[in-house]
Amino acid sequence: MSESVVELSRLQFAITAMYHFLFVPLTLGLSVIMAIMESVYVMTNKQIYKDMTLFWGKLFAINFALGVTTGITLEFQFGTNWAYYSHYVGDIFGAPLAIEGMMAFFLESTFIGLFFFGWDRLSKRQHLMVTWLVALGSNLSALWILIANGWMQNPVGAEFNYETMRMELMSFTEVIFNPVAQVKFVHTVSAGYVTGSMFVLGISSYYLLKKRDLAFARRSFAVAAGFGLAAVLSVIVLGDESGYAAGEVQKTKLAAIEAEWETEEPPAAFTLFGLPNQETQQTDYAIKIPYVMGIIATRSFDEEVKGIKELIEENEARIRRGIIAYGLFKQLRQQLKEGKVSEETKAEFDQYKKDLGYGLLLKKYTSKVVDATDEQIISAAHDTIPSVALLFWSFRIMVACGFLMLFIFVMAFYLTAKRTIMENRWLLWLALFGIPLPWIACEMGWIVAEVGRQPWSIAEILPTYLSTSTRSIGDLYFSLAGFIGFYTLLLVVELYLMFKYARLGPSSLHTGRYHFEKS
Amino acid sequence: MLIDYETLKLIWWVFVGLLLIGFALTDGFDMGVGALLPFLGKNDEERRVIINSIGRTWEGNQVWFITAAGAIFAAWPIVYAVAFSGFYIALLLALFALFFRPVGFDYRSKLQNPRWRSTWDWGLFIGGVVPALIFGIAFGNLLQGVPFHFDNELRAYYTGSFWGLLNPFALLAGVISLSMLVMHGAVYLQLRTEDVIYVRSQKAVKFFGGLLIITFALAGVWVAVGIDGFKVISMPPLDALPNPLAKSVEMVPGAWMSHYEMTPWTMLIPGFAFVGAFLTILLSHFNAPGRAFISSSATLVCVILTAGVSMFPFIMPSSTQPDSSLIVWDASSSHLTLTIMFWVTVILVPLIVLYTSWVYRVLRGKITVQYIRENEYSSY
Repeated sequence: MSESVVELSRLQFAITAMYHFLFVPLTLGLSVIMAIMESVYVMTNKQIYKDMTLFWGKLFAINFALGVTTGITLEFQFGTNWAYYSHYVGDIFGAPLAIEGMMAFFLESTFIGLFFFGWDRLSKRQHLMVTWLVALGSNLSALWILIANGWMQNPVGAEFNYETMRMELMSFTEVIFNPVAQVKFVHTVSAGYVTGSMFVLGISSYYLLKKRDLAFARRSFAVAAGFGLAAVLSVIVLGDESGYAAGEVQKTKLAAIEAEWETEEPPAAFTLFGLPNQETQQTDYAIKIPYVMGIIATRSFDEEVKGIKELIEENEARIRRGIIAYGLFKQLRQQLKEGKVSEETKAEFDQYKKDLGYGLLLKKYTSKVVDATDEQIISAAHDTIPSVALLFWSFRIMVACGFLMLFIFVMAFYLTAKRTIMENRWLLWLALFGIPLPWIACEMGWIVAEVGRQPWSIAEILPTYLSTSTRSIGDLYFSLAGFIGFYTLLLVVELYLMFKYARLGPSSLHTGRYHFEKS
Repeated sequence: MLIDYETLKLIWWVFVGLLLIGFALTDGFDMGVGALLPFLGKNDEERRVIINSIGRTWEGNQVWFITAAGAIFAAWPIVYAVAFSGFYIALLLALFALFFRPVGFDYRSKLQNPRWRSTWDWGLFIGGVVPALIFGIAFGNLLQGVPFHFDNELRAYYTGSFWGLLNPFALLAGVISLSMLVMHGAVYLQLRTEDVIYVRSQKAVKFFGGLLIITFALAGVWVAVGIDGFKVISMPPLDALPNPLAKSVEMVPGAWMSHYEMTPWTMLIPGFAFVGAFLTILLSHFNAPGRAFISSSATLVCVILTAGVSMFPFIMPSSTQPDSSLIVWDASSSHLTLTIMFWVTVILVPLIVLYTSWVYRVLRGKITVQYIRENEYSSY
């Protein structure tokens, strides 16, 4: 396994996944917002709500096309670039992906055509049902993919089988009800709702600032303000819940996010700002708020949050047990080949097998594992800590965006209720230029989730280093160049159309009722 | 568990086959129509008619493909791993070509500029032709065996090159795949359009139906005399834990014909493929596009089944280390995963077929130039 193939595969996955996630949250949020608008239309029978559904639907379509385009990549990529991973955990990981296809993608993609082209062929109620089914489909897809992702973070309900050389499913209910997956799902879909709301809020603000299509813009603004406020509150509360879940199962991730080098007296302080330095294992210029982190992570005043240095020591011990596990595993494979498996070796292996993954961390340094030197073991133990500065800052940027949006939605909701948005142009400007905020927060959130999982592709089971396909550097440069080329081009086209249609506003519906069509 | 492991392994061969057939039957005509688009549509309005005949439903059709990939991941993880990483460059080319479709459909008519529109038309053409060819080429390589092997920890090594995939037999298989999907697409167009496009589609059915018959017959002869098949010499019991290194396999000339010799009625499958293609041409010629569509669907099913049945129980034979070949009995997931996925599939797929049919029924009818003019801004 060459280091650069691993690095390039990671880079490619990061680029394609983060790029895909530029479109997913808007699909999640806008599909629900459209369904809400259409529900109002069906209840009140006011044409303007139908126009709103149609217009935001137009922007939805521009975004959705790229979501679909970039989604196929991800369904392929586990196989093309992460073949050993796919073999090693496919028994568990493949199932939610397949179910996602059958339960969610079909629903979403089959009804999307009817959403756009079924207006004249369906009764109002039927069409409304179709719209809700599209929204349901996209939300279900988030559920299943996050069950899969949650399992990577916290691999429950599965066991390693030395005979088949892979992880095998033991309990599917444990995989589905994995607490990490559950909080991740609600946190992520709420983030999608915030994204959709911020998008509608910001673009509506633009029309209000331009004093165009006021009735249309005001109503859109109001829907976005209400839905967005609920969503942003839930993102923050569930994000906090997510932190709690991480504190339970992913102690290294939490310690890295907080740059907590030493285990502190409980309740631990929260570092608001600082410059984490992985070399010297300390945070320079740290500004700390006492007690806060201990309370978030443990929900108590007396439980401690483990520091990085202590975690490295613990992991070193697990690596040493992992070496034994790997040795026993090798013996078992040999015995299996010769057709005489000793029950004794099996029993002993079972004792050590939960640390097998830690043994595999040494593969980066020595292919035999069992001959690892102390120096290599210590290096591997240090590898168990992900990049602290990256996590520390991504997390803080995400949270800052979250609170800024909370402020925007609170004000938008309050001023809508008071009917004074038009007099508060500063908020309209803020909402307009705040449109990128949810995207920044979402991408930062993914960095926290996925960089925080390193050095594992499956936490404590399979190192990322071992997960790739055996392809050459040339292959990777080819695919990487292809993705970057196509994706850049597509993004330019998408943004061009998005800006064009957003500027045009509801006039793009050609109903004759809106700004650019009146003379 | 209700169903024993051995039976489930077999059922999953059937299920993956069904998903691939579902993909060919539905998205197959979308790709075929894409391939025909620049030639059958001579001006913008005609092209819009063609695009709108599939534009409202293609998205759901593509999900058959995505789901088939997902199901292979879940049911045959090692096949997913070896095939997708082995065919790396080829699959990425198919993927890049597929990129053109979602954006092609949705973005094409959002601007008036003729160059913009014509660029996306060719994009849709690539999105139809390239994947159709590559899927056929992949099957052509499966039939000949693929150069890969495993180490003792089941890491797969692919030792061939991309250009090696483009050998004459595989290219022939690519043409079979392309011509059958384009025939299917042309029949579909005949069903959904009128006037000039209808007439041009009719011609396309004849051409590509004929091409299918010739190439399929050629491939049959080639498989019988020209390429070595694979044969399992010994293996663990069928319900054993999957271990692709535990059997021995040999390459035997004419081995892919052995099923037909042992069970002569299976000859009906390739036989019906020929009959179906002839019938499709006839029905299309005598202006019965509905029945022609059924016939062309049956043809597709028979062509795909022919490949599957010839190779059974092989899924992905290895040409460089035949013992590493992946077969139905040693490439599957665990008993529990196969069981869960069995129930998921049995419940969800009929439901999918049901609501998909409803959507097609709601959106039925011919797409006309008149319709495009009346829906200038809301249609694709």
